[in-house]
Amino acid sequence: MSLNDTNTLSRINSPKTTYQYDEFDKDFIRERVAEFREQVRRRLEGSLTEEEFRPFRLMNGLYLQLHAYMLRVAIPYGTLTSQQMRRLAEIADRWDKGYGHFTTRQNLQYNWPRLIDTPDILEALAEVDMHAIQTSGNCIRNVTADHFAGVAADEIEDPRPTAEFLRQWSSAHPEFSFLPRKFKIAITGATHDRAATLAHDIGLRLVKNASGEIGYCVIIGGGLGRSPFIGKIIREYVPRSALLAYLEAIMRVYNRYGRRDNKYKARIKILVHEKGIETIRAAVEKEFAAMDHTAFQQDPQEFERVAASFTPPPYEILPSESSKLAKARVETPAFDHFVSVNVSEHKIAGYAIVTVSLKPINGIPGDATSHQMRVLADACDRFGFGELRVSHEQNIILPHVKKDDLFALWQTLDAADLATANAGLVSDIISCPGLDYCSLATARSIPIAQAISQRFSDMARQRRIGKLGIKISGCINACGHHHIGAIGVLGLEKKGQESYQITLGGDPGFSASIGEILGPGVSADQVPEVIEHLVDFYLAERHETEAFIDTWRRLGHARFKDVLRREGEDGADI
Amino acid sequence: MTQLKHPQILLASNLKDGEVVFLGHNGWERDFRQARIAKSQEEAQTLETIGKADSSANIIVDVYLTDVEITDDGAPRPLHYREKMRIKGPSVRLDLGKQARGAPDELE
Repeated sequence: MSLNDTNTLSRINSPKTTYQYDEFDKDFIRERVAEFREQVRRRLEGSLTEEEFRPFRLMNGLYLQLHAYMLRVAIPYGTLTSQQMRRLAEIADRWDKGYGHFTTRQNLQYNWPRLIDTPDILEALAEVDMHAIQTSGNCIRNVTADHFAGVAADEIEDPRPTAEFLRQWSSAHPEFSFLPRKFKIAITGATHDRAATLAHDIGLRLVKNASGEIGYCVIIGGGLGRSPFIGKIIREYVPRSALLAYLEAIMRVYNRYGRRDNKYKARIKILVHEKGIETIRAAVEKEFAAMDHTAFQQDPQEFERVAASFTPPPYEILPSESSKLAKARVETPAFDHFVSVNVSEHKIAGYAIVTVSLKPINGIPGDATSHQMRVLADACDRFGFGELRVSHEQNIILPHVKKDDLFALWQTLDAADLATANAGLVSDIISCPGLDYCSLATARSIPIAQAISQRFSDMARQRRIGKLGIKISGCINACGHHHIGAIGVLGLEKKGQESYQITLGGDPGFSASIGEILGPGVSADQVPEVIEHLVDFYLAERHETEAFIDTWRRLGHARFKDVLRREGEDGADI
Repeated sequence: MTQLKHPQILLASNLKDGEVVFLGHNGWERDFRQARIAKSQEEAQTLETIGKADSSANIIVDVYLTDVEITDDGAPRPLHYREKMRIKGPSVRLDLGKQARGAPDELE
């Protein structure tokens, strides 16, 4: 039996571990494709002006960027089937330039589609239950979730059924299609925040109340961009049955009071900041008490139906340790490093979660070729029940891999340049496309990421440094999450040149914080050197396995600023 | 004629495929070296008028003037790094964009 035969059989036998579109979903997507096809036709024949057409194309995820159009495809809560990944590869080959870019909202962007091809692309997506709706515009965007959802050892409950409920609630919601600004929701069911919930307009955490019932801790007013804020808890516990009603109440308060006079002050974070969380809480509670909950009452049967879509795959009963894995680790040091860095604990004995880094040394963060997409699709069919995740850190996750299969998987990945053992390390850099692609950018970000990863290309050194999140944005809109990077880099324009502002102390987790500016901006060439000095200082000062952020918090920002001042006095050009 | 501080060219995106195009002497060109150069405010205004008309005619979108300098071979060279990027393609993928078709390697 050939590999292809094995894969085919595997696909046929793959369990349904993700939400399956019903006829209502399929009809809705098909109708939207037909509608957009007609809008494109009218635009091309001239009966729609660009001003009239722009809202339509944005509603369908189509932007006009620096070199071409860009299509942003939604990947709800970052979950993909192998079939969907293959389709993304096919689209990349047929209508784009053979690759795609995975984003910090767990979406995928094509950088070169032609307007005239876009309806066909959307139709190809619809055939595999995908679309690009609400990946742009002032609406509720793709709901993101913990990329280890359903398999994390530290999880209270899989957040994806709730995320799917939110997708259905927010899709084409007539009341929330013209919000003051875009609106982003993230959810986690774990005790570690891998979804940056405190940096979202609404962050949801699955929690248990005193009776052990699962509900939601609701956080609002977080966000990055021009004015970064850490979200605040608006309610410690909302029962599951009341979640949609409570969120509806928040959205109504935002829709009513959110500023529309100034787009830079229109996000809910500004409303919360200006009015205060107590005032907003009172307004939400008042709306929540007054509104008719009937339409939003969660039907337990419907929730169970949706939740059933996320049934765990048929795991085998396995010992927690694998002798096959242990032997391969001893025999192959590179594989051993991969396991140490890129493999995480799974809630089921004998299984593991594998992070596939899309950050090879000198690579473009988040980019995957169509070949790599197919390799990932085949690999998850063969080793992981046909399911993949996209992380907001711009990596791909295989969530269910038998420990016995890890070595074979690693060999497959390695052959496709997908086995870089740097998940969470200094070269696992989040980066927006920056001025290499984006029309809003003020500076390039990808070359900065490449230069830093080259500077730290010694993998043994990276492992010694340990977990360290560097995040780079090419403009103040902060798509690269620089505010919540332990080291953040923001590209700006200064006197007609690209200039980079470095921040320290950002944290995307439950102990979230916004980074503080280190000093005046530096040139692109200087960024790797500055970061190296900071890292060297951290290594000299850290206590045992203390993380960079913890050393920074213990020593204080001024000590790190002093490092650069001293280096400057010593003659270094920084 | 009021001389401009810097010469200008008019660039836009092609409606159908989104590629960056430049107003030349015979319509819209995909190579910036074919761009028509305005040296006075009046010439720049003429370019803008054509751009506006072609935008209304649904040929191009997102049209604007940008400052350039004239190189020794007479070709315009954008002054701002953003437009330098637009005339070539992504600096991290030299195999893509206009540069892949042989635009000169001028982007710093």
